[in-house]
Amino acid sequence: MANIRQDIHDALSCIKNGHTVMVGGFGLVGAPLTLIDGLTKKDVKDLTIISNNLGESGKGLGILLNQNKIKKAIGSYFTSNRDVGEKYQKGEIELQLLPQGTLAESMRAGGAGIGGYYTTTGVGTQLAEGKEEREINGIKYIFEPAIRADVALIRAYKADRLGNLSYYKTARNFNPVMATAANMVIVEVDEIVEPGELSPEEIITPHLYVDYIVEAQQVLTKEGVVNK
Amino acid sequence: MSTREKTIVDKKEIQHLIAKRAAKELEGPCIVNLGIGIPTLVAEYIHDENVFLHTENGLLGVTDVEEQDMDPNLVNAGKLPVGEAIGASYFNSADSFAMIRGGHIDVAILGVLQVDQTGVIANWAVPGKNIMGVGGAMDLLVGAKKVILAMTHTNKDGSRKILKECTYPITSTRSVDKIITELAIFEVVNKTLRLVELMPGVTIEEVREKTEADFIDSLGDV
Repeated sequence: MANIRQDIHDALSCIKNGHTVMVGGFGLVGAPLTLIDGLTKKDVKDLTIISNNLGESGKGLGILLNQNKIKKAIGSYFTSNRDVGEKYQKGEIELQLLPQGTLAESMRAGGAGIGGYYTTTGVGTQLAEGKEEREINGIKYIFEPAIRADVALIRAYKADRLGNLSYYKTARNFNPVMATAANMVIVEVDEIVEPGELSPEEIITPHLYVDYIVEAQQVLTKEGVVNK
Repeated sequence: MSTREKTIVDKKEIQHLIAKRAAKELEGPCIVNLGIGIPTLVAEYIHDENVFLHTENGLLGVTDVEEQDMDPNLVNAGKLPVGEAIGASYFNSADSFAMIRGGHIDVAILGVLQVDQTGVIANWAVPGKNIMGVGGAMDLLVGAKKVILAMTHTNKDGSRKILKECTYPITSTRSVDKIITELAIFEVVNKTLRLVELMPGVTIEEVREKTEADFIDSLGDV
C-alpha cells in the first residue's frame, strides 16, 4: 500500500548518492516534472539516470545534468538535449545508448524477475559490440541483461489512496514499466482519489508496485512547464 | 522572393512530393509506423480509413489535429502534437516495441542518412560526431514486415546518399524493401536495387548521375 506525501523533499528522502534512478517520460511528455524539480533541489550526486532522454536543454532532467549530479545516463535518445553532447565531450558524463525497444524490454524483464533475454534488435550494428550473440532456430540474437533501479520516479494521471494508477494519453509511455522495475517507486499524479473511484478496468498499474504518491505541482501545458 | 526563400519552398515541395508518392504504397487494412522527417508528412496523404498509424511512444490510431485541439500530452514519436482516431488505443513503451519487434507492424516508412546497394541503411549516427540517439530505428528495421524509405535522393550539398556501401554505422543488417525519392523508385530484390519508376520529368541519366550504387534498370518490366 502506498503512502501519500505532501512534502516533495520528504518523498525523495530515499534517494542517496550513487543511486540508480529511473525517470519516466518521453521527452517532457509523461515526465515527473515535480519530482525532477525536487531532485534538482536535493543535495545528491553520482546518480545513474535511466530515462529515454535527458530532458531538454535546461528543462526537466536537463537541469539535473547541468548541476553535474548525473554520473551516468542510460537511454535511447539524448539528441533532444544538446547539453548532453557537450558534457560527454568534456568527459563529465558516461552514456549508455540502447535501442528504445531494448531499453523498455530490459526494464520489463527487470520488473518481471527475468535476468535477461535475447533480441534481434541491434544485431550486426555498433550497439551489439561486446554483447553475446546466439543463434536460435536459424536467427541471430544478442543478449541483453535486465535493468533495475534503486528508485523509479514516474508520472501518472490519477492515483487512488492505495496506489492504483491510471494514465493519460501518450504520457503513459515508460511509466508503467518503470513502476515494476525499482526497489522504491515514487509517483506524481494530477489527482488523488478514494479507492473505488478508479474502476478496476482503468487501473494500469496495480498498487502493489507503488510506494509513495505526491500531487503534481508542475505540469506540462501548451505553453510549456508551469506551476500548478 | 529571395534565393534562400525560394530554396526553402523548393525543399518543402520536394519533401511533399516524396511523401505523397510514399502514401500510395499504403493499402488498407494495414498497420503503419512513420519515422521522423519526410515520413511524418506521409500522414497528410493517407485517405484510406483502414490504414492505422502506430507511434512507438504508445498509440495505435494516430490522426491529425486542429490547432485548438492540441494536447501537450498527446504527441507522436517526433514529439509533434497529434490526434486520436476513432478506435485508437494507448499502451506502454514495452508493449509498443513488442508490437514492433514481434512483427505486428505491416509497414515502416523511414528516413535515412545513407542506403547501400544491397538496401542496408544507416540512419542513426554520423562518425566523428557524438553518438547521442538511436530511438526506435533499430527495432523497426528488425520488426516491420515491410520497410520503405522516403528520402531526398541527395544531400543538401548535392552529395550522394544511395551508395555502394554505407560509410556511416548501419542500423541493421536487414535490407529495406523500397526506396522512394523525388527522382525515382527502387525496389530491393535479393539484395539488389532495381529501378522500377521514374518520377515525372526525370530521366534515367539524372538518376544514374545522382546514384552511386549499382542498380538494375527494371523500368520496362511489368
